[in-house]
Amino acid sequence: MGWIGDTVDSIKSIQIRQLLTQAVSLGMIVTSALIIWKALMCITGSESPVVVVLSGSMEPGFKRGDILFLHMNKEPIRAGEIVVFNVDGREIPIVHRVIKVHERQDGEVDILTKGDNNYGDDRLLYAQGQLWLQRHHIMGRAVGFLPYVGWVTIIMTEKPIIKYILIGALGLLVITSKD
Amino acid sequence: MHSFGYRANALLTLAITLLALMCAMASFSDNINSPSPSAHVQVLNINWFQKQPNGNDEVSMTMNISADLQSLFTWNTKQVFVFLAAEYETPKNSLNQISLWDGIIPSKEHAKFWIHTSNKYRFIDQGRNLRGKEFNLTMHWHVMPKTGKMSEDKIVMPGYRLPEEYR
Repeated sequence: MGWIGDTVDSIKSIQIRQLLTQAVSLGMIVTSALIIWKALMCITGSESPVVVVLSGSMEPGFKRGDILFLHMNKEPIRAGEIVVFNVDGREIPIVHRVIKVHERQDGEVDILTKGDNNYGDDRLLYAQGQLWLQRHHIMGRAVGFLPYVGWVTIIMTEKPIIKYILIGALGLLVITSKD
Repeated sequence: MHSFGYRANALLTLAITLLALMCAMASFSDNINSPSPSAHVQVLNINWFQKQPNGNDEVSMTMNISADLQSLFTWNTKQVFVFLAAEYETPKNSLNQISLWDGIIPSKEHAKFWIHTSNKYRFIDQGRNLRGKEFNLTMHWHVMPKTGKMSEDKIVMPGYRLPEEYR
């Protein structure tokens, strides 16, 4: 019976207030991160306001691991802009430059893209038989640039163990911090 | 209160804040620069001009492109992407932009250039509207910073015209 009593005592000795405070502060961190992300989505009008460059097809402008800030608005897309687009049947969006634009009177638009570092245009990357991108393929245009920061996410997606260690360590830090 | 963890945390926060501030200042300093670039393009020859089997007009031409973009470079400039586009209007399309040539300028030393080239990308219309078509040649440039905001501008050169007949 002794050890059960000890356990009950030790559970009783955890101060309920402190536990609640820690839970609240953990919740604050998570929700504020969520708020910042959603606010960015509202401001930029893009469903993913920040993307990480994964390939070298835009070198030397953008290298693997660089971060791009996207912006999406009603303004028409013009040649030379760097756009992020989704191709049907491909999960990962592509960041390339617009080299041809054909805009019809009613605002419908045909777009052809190419990576600065690629030899040919992107028709080989598009879905089979697709010659042009339309407006709905475009997720946003790149407006700003920050080097290297994206390596954090690349490492985390390629070595998930590091992600779990990091999350675990952060969680432990929050729970064990006394003040 | 003054454990190792807290000190490490404070140091890291300060370092990241300062780095972010420096990046923002570097990006902001680009606004002080007011560039005055110049460009000139001469169409030397229409190599060939024909209707494709699918009905679209295609033209190939040789051009002389010269430009001085040195004033675009600041200390926060990684590279300048420059391209020459043919721009015109057709009954079906309110705007057609076709990139004919492009290049990456890595540094200020290479920013004053002269090049003799035929069009790098195919000049194909959506339709058969190119005979006798007037078009603009526009020199666009996109400045890629080392960090921060990207900027762009252009010089429009109007008054080019394609021949009346295929050749």
